[in-house]
Amino acid sequence: MAEITIKKMRPKNLDLMTIRLPLPGILSIIHRVSGAGIFLLLPVLLWLFQSSLGSAETFAVAKGLLTHPLVKLVLFGLIWLYLHHFCAGIRYLLLDLHLGVELESARRSSKIVFAVSIALTFFIGGALLW
Amino acid sequence: MVNRVLVGAHYGLKDWVIQRATAIIMAIYTVVLFAAIAVVRPDSFAAWRGIFANGLMKFATFLFFVSLFYHAWIGIRDIWMDYVKPDGLRLLLMIATAAALVGYTGWVMQILGRI
Repeated sequence: MAEITIKKMRPKNLDLMTIRLPLPGILSIIHRVSGAGIFLLLPVLLWLFQSSLGSAETFAVAKGLLTHPLVKLVLFGLIWLYLHHFCAGIRYLLLDLHLGVELESARRSSKIVFAVSIALTFFIGGALLW
Repeated sequence: MVNRVLVGAHYGLKDWVIQRATAIIMAIYTVVLFAAIAVVRPDSFAAWRGIFANGLMKFATFLFFVSLFYHAWIGIRDIWMDYVKPDGLRLLLMIATAAALVGYTGWVMQILGRI
């Protein structure tokens, strides 16, 4: 009986313009998308790795490719995907250890993940590509 | 009695633990590789190759890739299980994923073996 009352009183909000995924949710879906993206790019990355270590000639080919602005942009994006996956993954490991599971600290740590991964992307991506 | 499904997750802690163990291995390797690059600052083929020619680094690199492929298997399988409902298609995608990752493992052995 009580259950029925609660069901009736439950607020409904299906107005998509007022529903927003909270930051930990955005972090979570980027974690999944970045993992899938890295998986899909694996053959390209393995080919690049193979070329870079094959011979001086194939190394030069790989190095030459990396001077192309579009390739640089894609790799810069990939470095961000990797670093986001890396930082968000460390956050998940800490959550597994029951560290920072409260709402407030979980929101704060997701902000830290975005700040650190984006800063590291500019630092490492800049150092490696430019 | 658990209702066991062929395309299910095999209901264990094993994959959960392996996903985290492989993540830690990859994280440590990533830091080590960035440190090596920062120290060596490889700008030539010989210098770049030198980073991986060392036996320990070759072993660590192989361990990294095997961890990456196993980690990817668990993650991609979870994606198929979340979004692909028809059993036949899901099984096909799982087999394709596993086949690609096993193939990549052989590829990495070739790359590292030639260094």
